[in-house]
Amino acid sequence: METAFTVLALGMLVAAAAAMSLRNLIHCALCLVGAFGGAAGLFLTLGAEFVAFAQVLVYVGAISILIVFALLLTSTRAVETAQPWVPPRGLGPTVAGLVTGLLLAAVGLSPGLPEKTAATSAVSVQELGRELLTRQAPALLAVGLLLTAALIGAVVVALREPPPTSGKEEPPA
Amino acid sequence: MFAVETLNQGPGSPGQLWMQWVPLSWQPAAAALLGAATIVAVFAGLFALTTWLERKGLARIQNRPGPNRVGPAGLLQPAADGLKMLLKEDIRPWAADPWVHTLAPLLKVVPVFCALAVIPFGRHLVALHLDAGLVFFLAMGAITEVALFMAGWGSRNKYSLLGAMRAIAQLISYEVPLALAALTAVLAAGSLSLPAIVDSQAGWYPGGLARWHVFTPWGLAGLVLFFIGTTAKANRAPFDLPEGESEIIAGHLVEYSGFKYALFFLGEYLLLFGYSAVGITLFLGGWRAPFAWLDWIPSPAWFALKLLACIAWFIWLRGTVPRLRADQLMHFAWKFLLPLGLLANAAALLWQATAGWDFAGASLLRWGLAGGLVLVPYQVLGRMLLGAAAGRPRHYRFAD
Amino acid sequence: MSPLERALVVSALLFGIGLAGALTRRNAILVLAGIELMLTAVNLNVIAFWRHGGQTASAAGPAFVLFVIAVAAAETAVGLALIIAWFRQRRTVQLDEADTLKG
Repeated sequence: METAFTVLALGMLVAAAAAMSLRNLIHCALCLVGAFGGAAGLFLTLGAEFVAFAQVLVYVGAISILIVFALLLTSTRAVETAQPWVPPRGLGPTVAGLVTGLLLAAVGLSPGLPEKTAATSAVSVQELGRELLTRQAPALLAVGLLLTAALIGAVVVALREPPPTSGKEEPPA
Repeated sequence: MFAVETLNQGPGSPGQLWMQWVPLSWQPAAAALLGAATIVAVFAGLFALTTWLERKGLARIQNRPGPNRVGPAGLLQPAADGLKMLLKEDIRPWAADPWVHTLAPLLKVVPVFCALAVIPFGRHLVALHLDAGLVFFLAMGAITEVALFMAGWGSRNKYSLLGAMRAIAQLISYEVPLALAALTAVLAAGSLSLPAIVDSQAGWYPGGLARWHVFTPWGLAGLVLFFIGTTAKANRAPFDLPEGESEIIAGHLVEYSGFKYALFFLGEYLLLFGYSAVGITLFLGGWRAPFAWLDWIPSPAWFALKLLACIAWFIWLRGTVPRLRADQLMHFAWKFLLPLGLLANAAALLWQATAGWDFAGASLLRWGLAGGLVLVPYQVLGRMLLGAAAGRPRHYRFAD
Repeated sequence: MSPLERALVVSALLFGIGLAGALTRRNAILVLAGIELMLTAVNLNVIAFWRHGGQTASAAGPAFVLFVIAVAAAETAVGLALIIAWFRQRRTVQLDEADTLKG
C-alpha cells in the first residue's frame, strides 16, 4: 500500500505540475485528467472507495470534458499556438510558494498528529448513505438545490443572446 | 476467486487441484490473475463471435449471404480479419500528436476490461466484489469519453475532431438517462453492489415466473431507458453519429489503422457487452432463470443466453433503424429520456411505498398508478417531441 | 514519516501547484482548472484525516468530500458558462485582457 501511495502521489503531482505549466492547452487538460485520476487512486489507497469512484465519475468523466469543451469553444488560435508562457512577474509563484511552505511547516511542526493508522474498517456504502440521509440530510438537500440552480444558471448564462438590433459594438480583434 | 470457483463447479473441483500447486502467499495474486485472464479471453472470444454474428445478421436483414468463404459458414472470418488487422501498417499522420494518438486506443480498451470485473456472471461468479460496483462500472465507462477526445484531437484531422466532439456530446447527454435508469433498480434493491441487486430479484411470482425487476412498471421503463442509453453509449446505430460514414467519414477513427483501429473496435464492442451485462443484472435478473422449472440450468449459461439475446437485439436494431440527426439526438436525450428517467424513479418510489397494500385489487391499483406515472408522460412527451408530425397520418414515401 | 504526514505533504504540494497555476496562468479556463486542483487537494486532506485520525467509524469524512465534489462540479459548470459568455462578448479568454472596468 505504501509503494502504491508513493507512486500514485508522484504521478499525480507530476501530472498536476504539467497541467499548470505546459504550453499546449489541450495537453494541459489531458494532464489534468491524469492528476484527477491519480487523486482517485490515492483515495483508493486511503480506503475511501466510493469517493474514489465518484472522483473518477465527476472529475474525469464530466469536469475535464467540460474544460476540454470550453477550451475548444473559446480558443481557435490558442489551441495551436497557446499563449507564450511568459515567466510570471514574481508575485504569483512567490505567494504560492509561501502558502505551500506554510502548509508544509504546519504539517512538520504539529506535535499532535496521530502516529498510527486506525484499524482498517472502511465505511461501507450503506453507512455512507445512512449518514447522508440522516445527519447530513439538510446539506444533501442544499446540494441538490445548488446543482439544479447551477444547471439552470449555466444554461441561461451560456445561452446565445439574440443579436441587438442597434448600437452593436465592434468586437475587438 | 472467480475462475477458481467456476472450475470448482465442475466435477472433482479442478479449481482447488490447480490452486494447490501455487504457494499460499501467491494464491490471491494467482486467483486474481486467473480471473482477469478468464474475462479477457472470454470477452475477446465473444467479440470475435459477435463480429461474425453481426455481419451474418445484417446480411440476412439485407438479403445477402454475408461472409461465407473462410471456414464453415464464414465462421473463421473473425480470425482472418484479426490477422489482417495485425499485419496492416500502423500509420500515424505526420502532424498527429504522437503520445495522445497512441494512448487513445489503450485508454479506450483498458477501463472497459476493468469495468467487466464487477459484473456477476453466475452464482458466486464475480471477479471483484465491490460495495459500490455500479458506481465503479459507470466511472470506468466515463473514462472512454476522454479516450474518444484524445483520438479525435490527437489525429489532427478536422473530421476526427468533429466526430470526437459529436461523440462526447452524445456520451455525456446519454449518461444522464442511463444513470437514472440504473438508479431505479438501486432504489428497489437498496444497494449499489451488483450481486446484491441480483439477490434482490430472487424468488418467484405465483405461477413460477421469476421476480425480475423488468416485470414491474418502473422496471420495464428502466430497462427500455437503459438499453437506449447503452445503444448511444456504445456508438451503435441508430446513435452512430460520431462515426457517420456519410457525413464525417469515420469521425475519430479516420486516422487510425491496423491494430489501433482494431483496439477501438474491441473497446466499442466490449462497452456494448458490459452495459448489456449491467442491464441484464439490473433488470433481467442477472444469472437467474426466468421460470422456476428451468432453475436447473447452470447460472452462467443463463447469463450467456441473455447476453446473446441482447446482442441479437442490437444487431436487429442496427439493421432496421436509420441514423438520427444530431439535433434529434440531443432533443431525444434531454427532452424525452431525462424526464422519463426521473419519472421512472418516482414510479419506483411509489411502488416501494405501496408495497404494504393488501386489499382486493391492490396490485392492479399499484400497476395502474406506477404504470400511469410512466406511460402518460411517455405519450405527452413523445407528442411534444414529434411536434406537428405527430398529428399527421404516416406516409411512407418509398414503400407505398 | 507517518502515513498521515505523507498524505498531508502530498496534498499541500498539490494545493501549491494548483495555487501557482491559478495565480500565473492567463487563460481563464486554466485558472478554473487550478482551482479544481486546489479543491482536490482539500479533499485529499479530509480523507487523510478521516482515515488516519482515528475516527474511521464515522462516515462524515467521505460525506463531506462528496459535498465538495458536488459543489466543485456546480462551480465548474457556472464558471465555464461565464467564460463562454464573456468570450462571446470580447473574443478572448485571457484574464489580463479583462480590463474594461479599469479607470
